[in-house]
Amino acid sequence: MKLTAKILKKPIASTLIAVFFGFIVAAVILLVAGYHPGQAFSALFHGIFARPKYISNVIIKATPIILTGLSVAFAFQTGLFNIGAEGQYIAGAVSAVLVGVKLNLPPLLQIPAVVLAGVLGGTLFGWVVGYLKAKFGIHEVITSIMLNWIGLYLSNFVVASSAYHMPNSTSSYPVNESSFTMLLPNWKTSDAGMAALKQHKWLYDVMLKTDVNFGFLIAVLMAAFIWYLLYRSTKGYELRAVGFNRDAAEFAGINVNRNIVDAMVIAGALSGLAGALAITGTAPHSISTLAAFENNGFNGLSVALIAGSSPVGCIFAGLLFGGLLYGGQSVQQDVGAPTEIINIMIGTIVFFVALTKVIPVLAEKLEKRGAAHVQ
Amino acid sequence: MEVSTEYAVQMHGITKRFGSFCALDHVNLDVKKGSIHAVLGENGAGKSTLMNILYGLYQADSGEVYLNGKKTAIKNPNIAIEHGIGMVHQHFMLVDNFTVTQNIILGNEVTGKFGIIDTKKAREKVLEIVKKYGLEVDPDAKIEDISVGMQQRVEILKALYRGADLLILDEPTAVLIPQEIDELIGIMRSLISDGKTIIIITHKLKEIKASSEVCTIIRRGQYIDTVSVADVDEEQLATKMVGHAVQLVVDKTPAKPGDVIFEIDHLTVKDERGLDSVRDLSLKIRRGEILGIAGIDGNGQKELVEAITCLARAQSGTIKINGAEIQNTTPRNVIDHKVSTIHEDRQRRGLVLPFTVAENAVIEKYRTPEFSTHGKIDRTKMSLFTHKLIEDYDVRPAGCENQPVRGLSGGNQQKVIIAREISNEPDLLIAVQPTRGLDVGAVEYVHKMLVRERDAGRAVLLISLELDEVMNVADTIGIIYAGTIVDSFPQGQVDENTIGLLMAGGKLNETDSQNP
Ligand SMILES: Nc1ncnc2c1ncn2[C@@H]1O[C@H](COP(=O)(O)OP(=O)(O)O)[C@@H](O)[C@H]1O
Ligand SMILES: [Mg+2]
Repeated sequence: MKLTAKILKKPIASTLIAVFFGFIVAAVILLVAGYHPGQAFSALFHGIFARPKYISNVIIKATPIILTGLSVAFAFQTGLFNIGAEGQYIAGAVSAVLVGVKLNLPPLLQIPAVVLAGVLGGTLFGWVVGYLKAKFGIHEVITSIMLNWIGLYLSNFVVASSAYHMPNSTSSYPVNESSFTMLLPNWKTSDAGMAALKQHKWLYDVMLKTDVNFGFLIAVLMAAFIWYLLYRSTKGYELRAVGFNRDAAEFAGINVNRNIVDAMVIAGALSGLAGALAITGTAPHSISTLAAFENNGFNGLSVALIAGSSPVGCIFAGLLFGGLLYGGQSVQQDVGAPTEIINIMIGTIVFFVALTKVIPVLAEKLEKRGAAHVQ
Repeated sequence: MEVSTEYAVQMHGITKRFGSFCALDHVNLDVKKGSIHAVLGENGAGKSTLMNILYGLYQADSGEVYLNGKKTAIKNPNIAIEHGIGMVHQHFMLVDNFTVTQNIILGNEVTGKFGIIDTKKAREKVLEIVKKYGLEVDPDAKIEDISVGMQQRVEILKALYRGADLLILDEPTAVLIPQEIDELIGIMRSLISDGKTIIIITHKLKEIKASSEVCTIIRRGQYIDTVSVADVDEEQLATKMVGHAVQLVVDKTPAKPGDVIFEIDHLTVKDERGLDSVRDLSLKIRRGEILGIAGIDGNGQKELVEAITCLARAQSGTIKINGAEIQNTTPRNVIDHKVSTIHEDRQRRGLVLPFTVAENAVIEKYRTPEFSTHGKIDRTKMSLFTHKLIEDYDVRPAGCENQPVRGLSGGNQQKVIIAREISNEPDLLIAVQPTRGLDVGAVEYVHKMLVRERDAGRAVLLISLELDEVMNVADTIGIIYAGTIVDSFPQGQVDENTIGLLMAGGKLNETDSQNP
């Protein structure tokens, strides 16, 4: 009894239970819809793990949502609801394109310049939200949602502008090749590279058939950095104090408004970084006309939720999410089940994660009952 | 105890659990008809819970209730009201912008033809009750315009209007000044002489002696005893309530005040509505002196503290510590000038509840070289520092430095705040309602600490709504009314009634004033 209670108290336990229930609900729905759940799930896992290429693609898919998830999780920890990750992501991508198309320096300078531009784009969006909240008390959700739309139309505006529009397409010019952050982009397509990679089927598959890039590495580093910032630095102490209890923080002499702005700036920077790395790391290295949101930021909300707002948890939640998104395509291809099944599954998981916040409470009860039995 | 019609209420073996927590454990209460029966217990003893069961708001897990000798299941307040039970809650339940009459008839309107409320008739009926019991109150005044004491009368009227024979008063004196308490006791007497029965809940001993015939004591959900009030003294009651002998008076030597180090001069502060809530207020505190400010809630105490701590703007006037003006700067600056504040609202202003005890302990110091270098917090030092505080101030559970402060009891949370503020080694220590919601043992402890800090040469500003606390602890007693200090007296040179009068805005005759 005690051991069960102890295990159930760990946040990871409730997450795993939620995932499990997500699969069960998906299975039921598949059954009702007339598909074989076993087949569908085997297609899903096949689509995620069967080939190195798949795994690589999952990681690539996961990279931006790990970062936007981190952005949302970080904001959560500082008492802010960053529903604006979507807009910040777009701002990051647009800024990266604005600079990356026009500027053409050696990669060692070009990449930092383009990525920095993206970070600044996201930062600006975050700053606006933080500033309006600190200065006028406007709730961040309202300004963030407005900025999401501003981001969307700004992106479309840039795509349509004569300086950036690529003729006969619905997208902008791609950024210059010197901005690319894939692994050895030139070498791998050269004859020598091809020959060398041919030796290793596994590497060949990953390197040539996917946009394997540095983004994931940066996302992981960022998760570690955010963890350090939040839990080991004086700045993080302030940010969390303000997030948990503004009144007490203010009373203790902490500058509340400043920390609100700082928190939004950092959250915006993370989402902006996600947008920039998507441009530099994956084809088509450009922005396209958006009819609707691509959900890179909104998926970050789900990732943060699944991760319980833990920075390191965002890495795993992002991978899970990326896996479901990518592997879900196989479910459609192999079994013919609509991809909506995957969305339902993701929704169910998020729902149960929210629900399983009660599990630690239940665990406590169990523990107490155990204690009562001992007496 | 036998069941008998002699008793208006008999509650036998009442047990109530909230989850796994046992709020009441086989508690008995037998209230004779036509008597005033006190229920005494510390905060959290279960008094309100017991009364809420009688009033049908909670259901007991086990035990029986007999009304006039008949076993009755009180499933909801409507049943209680049908049986003639009325309750005045600790927190009033009135509609602010309704008149007294409207509030009294709410939910029980006298309707004439076509279901239209017959206000005239209702008003007459209210006036009738008012006359009968000397419950003077203007039936046409709006609730928001009348004093708390008056609001309480409205609550009593409401119960009587609904035909209550048994009146439950839950901590009725907590919000009243001494004169109002006397008046309330008078009203209770006139109700008794009319054959009503009253249960009064309190944790104040003096009032029990003054008002009641019989007293039932409960402690942490346990039934302790039922005594005839005439047969016991306050000390004995306190011992039964707390479970061990307690010291009711604060033990302190006369103050040896030094230089004036804190001074407020003609301070005016506006509240949120733009009204002057602190008006032309001046005061001085010397080293080694406790200045206690007595007053009714809402007379500018809150805004005074906010102005000193720079959470609110001073409209005019100066606030000086050690000669430096600190008004209209920042909370940080005030702390840096060695002013430490124990805020009345522990959970809102005093603590970050999800933070650990250690994180809370350093909230004003985390940036100092003692706890961080180059922006990196030294968690080990933080824990060690807090561990020592916990030991020095006997915070329980011992070794809780890395547990969330949320899990500590109210008294221990307050200890954490006190330890933290005193560890700043302030020149001025401000304590606002420092014992609110604490049990008797913890109250004693807090008072001791304030005196200890005074003796260490600090200036102490104690602001409290508990008149007894100010009178017992302070060396100098100031009375705040309508945003200004109307008078002040050295301890021991003023009586409770004089202070009560000043607190209510009354004036002293020239000859009565003891202040030159
Ligand atoms: N609705 C409730 N849910 C959980 N705990 C409660 C509830 N009401 C009261 N308690 C707990 O029961 C105990 C007794 O509370 P109460 O009857 O209000 O005490 P008091 O004697 O101060 O009036 C306290 O520890 C309180 O926290
Ligand atoms: Mg109570």
